[in-house]
Amino acid sequence: MTKKYDIIIIGAGVTGCAIARELSRRERSVAVLERASDVCEGTSKANSGIAHAGYDAEPGSRKAQMNIRGSRMLEGLSKELDFPYRRNGSIVLGFAPEDRERLQKLYDKGIANGVEGLRILSGEEARSLEPNLNETVTAALYAPTGGIVDPFLMTVALAENANVNGVEFFFRTEVQSIERLAPSGEAADSAEAAQHALSGADSGEADYRYRLTTSGGTFEARSVVNAAGVYADTIHNMVSARKIHITPRKGEYLLLDKKTGGFVNATVFQCPTVMGKGILVTPTVHGNLLIGPTSEDIGDKEGVNTTAAGLEEVIAKAGLSAGAVPARQVITSFAGLRAHEDGDDFLIGEAEDAPGFYDAAGIESPGLTSAPAIGEYVAALIQERTPAPEKKNFQAKRQGIPCMQLSDPAAKKRLIEQNPLYGNVVCRCELVTEGEIVDAIRRPVGATTLDGIKRRVRAGMGRCQAGFCTPKQMEILARELGVDIGEITKNDPGSELLEGTTKQSEVQ
Amino acid sequence: MDRQVKIAVIGGGPAGLAAALAAREAGVEPQEILILERDDALGGILNQCIHNGFGLHTFKEELTGPEYAARFIQRVKEEEIPCLLHTIVVDISLEKEAPGGKDSAGVEPLPPKKRILAMSGEEGIFTVTADAVILAMGCRERPRGALNIPGYRPAGIYSAGTAQRFVNIEGRMPGHEVVILGSGDIGLIMARRMTLEGAKVKAVAELMPYSGGLKRNIVQCLDDFGIPLRLSHTVVDIRGKERVEAVTIAQVGPDRKPVPGTEETYECDTLLLSCGLLPENELSWLLGVELSPVTNGPVVNESLETNVSGVFACGNVLHVHDLVDYVSEEAKAAGRCAAAYANRRAGDITVPECTGAVSGEGSDTADTRVCSLTTGAGVRYTVPSTLRLSYMEGTQLIRFRVDNVYRDAAIVVEAGGQRLRNLKKRILSPGEMEQVILKRTELEALPQGCEISIRVEQADGSKL
Repeated sequence: MTKKYDIIIIGAGVTGCAIARELSRRERSVAVLERASDVCEGTSKANSGIAHAGYDAEPGSRKAQMNIRGSRMLEGLSKELDFPYRRNGSIVLGFAPEDRERLQKLYDKGIANGVEGLRILSGEEARSLEPNLNETVTAALYAPTGGIVDPFLMTVALAENANVNGVEFFFRTEVQSIERLAPSGEAADSAEAAQHALSGADSGEADYRYRLTTSGGTFEARSVVNAAGVYADTIHNMVSARKIHITPRKGEYLLLDKKTGGFVNATVFQCPTVMGKGILVTPTVHGNLLIGPTSEDIGDKEGVNTTAAGLEEVIAKAGLSAGAVPARQVITSFAGLRAHEDGDDFLIGEAEDAPGFYDAAGIESPGLTSAPAIGEYVAALIQERTPAPEKKNFQAKRQGIPCMQLSDPAAKKRLIEQNPLYGNVVCRCELVTEGEIVDAIRRPVGATTLDGIKRRVRAGMGRCQAGFCTPKQMEILARELGVDIGEITKNDPGSELLEGTTKQSEVQ
Repeated sequence: MDRQVKIAVIGGGPAGLAAALAAREAGVEPQEILILERDDALGGILNQCIHNGFGLHTFKEELTGPEYAARFIQRVKEEEIPCLLHTIVVDISLEKEAPGGKDSAGVEPLPPKKRILAMSGEEGIFTVTADAVILAMGCRERPRGALNIPGYRPAGIYSAGTAQRFVNIEGRMPGHEVVILGSGDIGLIMARRMTLEGAKVKAVAELMPYSGGLKRNIVQCLDDFGIPLRLSHTVVDIRGKERVEAVTIAQVGPDRKPVPGTEETYECDTLLLSCGLLPENELSWLLGVELSPVTNGPVVNESLETNVSGVFACGNVLHVHDLVDYVSEEAKAAGRCAAAYANRRAGDITVPECTGAVSGEGSDTADTRVCSLTTGAGVRYTVPSTLRLSYMEGTQLIRFRVDNVYRDAAIVVEAGGQRLRNLKKRILSPGEMEQVILKRTELEALPQGCEISIRVEQADGSKL
């Protein structure tokens, strides 16, 4: 059976979810199709978690436009949707004499882009701001508007809120092909279009312009938004003759124990090169230290493996900024892929030769920062083409899952009184309780996998990396989903955590 | 409900149980003791250790882990020592000021009490105020992330202890074709366990040129089942996006870096990790307890007391043990010392500060010397690391680990220019904890200054 929507968004990363949330402000049917089992499964889950100030993008570029707007929207959005965001400031380090000039160029770009509060610092001034910086730092650019954000919870918050406002999410639904349907409107009298209109539920309109064949059935939509990350070229090229090409650019990271908290306060960058912003050292909003990423163009869009060389490079280069970086405190490493488009800019807008098909492609850094602005921009484009009235009952606010670890004793007490499950600690490292895990599962667009729980409430994200709490989390997930524990996956189908029973259990 | 006790024991595993019992045996009333356990049962990790071999030293018989734990749990129940299950300690601090400010003699201010903030579904948030605290939180396994193993991050990578729980408690198989990295005891035990359950364990790779586990486990868990132990090997790649499909191991050189060209790939669906245990000292850290960078456990004196007065530590939170019998023995000492401390603090000055001095011999000695134990060649650490002579029992057990495999060697203990011990050993290995016993009288007889060094020598007397 064909499912029909006014707008279908392909991809439930931060970009797709931000667009979905903006579109949900108006009266229309919207669906998000995602090949993975959850939101935030691609580039959105493996990045620096940085809210870039906006001095890096070329003035006049789409990146600059979206970055600046996004950077200004983030704080308010984080309050409205209750996700962690902190304006900790960014600092770009210069070492060699010629770096002074590079920093000046960045400063000039920042001014041209409208970044507020930029300052060039001497090495001394930089070190007084961040005492752990090396003596080799000779100059720095300080951007007080730089911030850090939880990329998982930002994506989840956008998705949840979109869903509360009527957007439907389809997971494990991979778009295999997209077909253009005969145009309607002026051609409404044609036999083909008329027949098409009759097959639709709302026979009043016949402008379903796209048919999407997916692993989860057939969909039709009046408009399609392409937010497919590293696969945005594949999706775009299904409908447009003006081909685009995206290169997955791998970045490897190391995440350090919370014991390293306070090593740096600001996000510390190195002078950018043609391959990106260099290795950064940054606190995360949760108090860990994150170092990375490398930057390597690869052919494989699934190539999220870390490499020995990459991890070594991260440690070595992070040491250039701060020699004492406590690399032995690493608790995990990971790799993500930037969706780098050949044009070196975000590709946002309606495809010239495919009316009603909107791209949000090439969304690499500063994509996380830009997501709210991209959502707003794409929604405005669609509104201009196909207007819809505002939703009267739009819910702008979202309340996040309570976080026991960060609650004071009085709040903890109150929460446990409301629900004793908030007193059952499951993940001891991050102090995550059964109550929070159950919330993560039962919420709109709730978790159905172990990784889904981890990204919503941080269970298993601490120093033991789920060694102790995996069995208990699986038990809760199986109970809540009403399935056998053997069916529980880490993330996508095929990632089942268990492989059958022991001999004794079989006999029983 | 907020509580006041003399001794709070954090952790209801083998260490916490034995410590609580020893405190009771030293005369502390049961209602003055409280065991706080985060799991829903006492016994700690022993509950999932269903193999035998426990208790040979303590009970002179071979028990399974649950059987060994049951003996202690039974005793705790008989003594009616209160236990709170499913209760996690979320914070611990020193009380700002000791009530009264002075002890019964009216001279010295009392060391502050300890304030524990605990949480459970049943009771919500509550405080436990205690004179003495015994840290018995155990340890955790080093995860994949901390090992920096490159590759994908699919399902099928477990620490050996997690796999042990799946198999022994849940009755589930984590996989059927297995490679194990690390030859710690849990990994060795799981190699056998998985094999008995029909899985194929293809290899155990060990980074070091020697195993980190007990010799008996290598023989009984690997050799008896023909499982190859690949020493000086490590995992250099993990393949498989959703589930582990293959693991590549390579030989490492003396620098422990992989040697190019020595890679071998094993197709498998599971990678188990047994690469070391880390004492869980997050609470100790909150209290300001000094931790050793070698053991990752508290630095303690002869009473197993940390630098924070009235805070004691025992079991795997103090240093990782290979035999539970040694944990119980150590915890017993910590329990006794905590009891003596608490009684003394409560004004009962007839009780000498350290337990072992039951006869009272501790109170009439004025030797205020503090001996420090230093580690010489071949010795990684000692527990304890200082000895206050006036608080010592008649004999003092010193436990330590060596840093490599040594054959035909000797453990040498020296102090004040004298050789106190020269213990010949056919083999010393990092996987087997070593010990020496020192007599209080021989330390008291030492000339002034009191530094005791422990080192390994070749049997012929030559240095390493």
